Amino acid sequence: MNDILSLLSFDFFRNALLAATLTSVIAGIVGSYIVARRSVFISGGITHASFGGMGIAYFFGFPPFMGAALFAIGSSLGIEWASRKAGIREDSAIAILWSLGMAIGIIFLFLTPGYTPNLMGFLFGDILTVKISDLIGLLIASIIIIALVSIFYEAILSTAFDSEFASTSGLPVTVVRYSASVVIAITIVLSIKVMGIILVLSLFTIPPTAANLFSKNLKSIMFGSVIISLAGSICGLIIAYYFDLPSGATIIFTLTGFYIILRIFKAIKIK
Amino acid sequence: MQTILSLENIVAGYESKEVLKDVNLKVCHGDFIGIIGPNGGGKTTLLKTILGLISPFEGTISKSDGLNIGYLPQVNSIDKSFPITVKEVVLSGRLSSNNWWKKPDKAQLEKVDELLAFVGMQDYKSTAIGELSGGQMQRIFLCRALISDPQLLVLDEPNTYVDKSFEENLYNLLGELNSKMAILLVSHDVGTVSSIVKSIACVNGGLHYHASNKISNEVLKAYNCPIEIVTHGTVPHRVLKNHHS
Repeated sequence: MNDILSLLSFDFFRNALLAATLTSVIAGIVGSYIVARRSVFISGGITHASFGGMGIAYFFGFPPFMGAALFAIGSSLGIEWASRKAGIREDSAIAILWSLGMAIGIIFLFLTPGYTPNLMGFLFGDILTVKISDLIGLLIASIIIIALVSIFYEAILSTAFDSEFASTSGLPVTVVRYSASVVIAITIVLSIKVMGIILVLSLFTIPPTAANLFSKNLKSIMFGSVIISLAGSICGLIIAYYFDLPSGATIIFTLTGFYIILRIFKAIKIK
Repeated sequence: MQTILSLENIVAGYESKEVLKDVNLKVCHGDFIGIIGPNGGGKTTLLKTILGLISPFEGTISKSDGLNIGYLPQVNSIDKSFPITVKEVVLSGRLSSNNWWKKPDKAQLEKVDELLAFVGMQDYKSTAIGELSGGQMQRIFLCRALISDPQLLVLDEPNTYVDKSFEENLYNLLGELNSKMAILLVSHDVGTVSSIVKSIACVNGGLHYHASNKISNEVLKAYNCPIEIVTHGTVPHRVLKNHHS
């Protein structure tokens, strides 16, 4: 225990804990929405497409986060538009953007002269190098997401559940859906810093799936996901530190472990 | 009778395919119109046009000022594993273009209890939607359509997924509701429709309106509706007995 407390005296570890906490908040809330709407695959597409933006940003020397955010937002709106208006099947649109984004990223990183950025950091996350600016971004996103969800909860729920009915009642379904796409894209990009492109999807899906075992109500699934994600991230972080393992991957293992334990717990409770 | 909705010379469809051709329909306060017709004849397109989900290529739709339409979709269009409770589903029906950011008030919360009692589902308020049977879900969607006090209720194939035990009950409820609102009921089940509605519209590309609920041989022939009716006696006749009156 003392060891853990002494860890807190390190700046990098304090920052990592804060990053894990804030990421759990945004990923728990947004992930619950993604899972409820069955758009996990869309999120995968957005995540991987953002890699293209990172590559271009590196090549031209502007902040990789900005490039990733632009690509993520662009691809999330593109998928929404392509499947509704352009008559392209949604899964095909996702697959095209998914691999195209990765291809662009790889080409531009390859072309970037001299210094090769830490590719592993992008792919698997690097929570121990989180900067204050990353934390501020995460904090602002958490506040905005909590505010949006608490104010517009019913409209969000109604359009996600039955968008056709919602539009017959005159709800601004298109605005809600496109805004949700933008929020999902930004949340994913912010979480990439902690989890990496490859692993971020599990942070959005395991906690809501676990919370869904005990609740059939979106609001409590959101709340439960934040708690489960928080517990998993902090435990994972500590385990990763002590056993000198990659933090993102360890967090995913811990979350999966939590899910299995909760599932067994539920099975026993039912008996 | 006051006209609440009228369609004039409507041509509608998808992309370049015209499904409805030159359709005219007037819905007045107190109407109970059954919409029948073969698959692909345009029943759904007509509904979507009335609900504003698609815009017609030609023609005009006029609605009376502030016309509020309650819509009961087909149950199979719903994601049954979506995490939402009965109470939340019913409450979602109160949202409209001018209050979608507002929280429900006390009167609306009481209305939920009232409606659930009306359809006999008062014990299911906190139940997840996925745990209900098709017929129970149908009743919840009826409550959702009714919570905004519509002047027009539009039902899409309400008898497809309803358990037989509740079917008659549903028609009695509709009869009761008809004193307060006009009803448009789409169904492929002609027998049922003719027994409960006041008038019939047959949609097969065009629309032919019959001011009574009797189905004549002429209707069946002229509009080519694939209807099989086992009957004794001569046409025109009533296919089923009225559940009420």
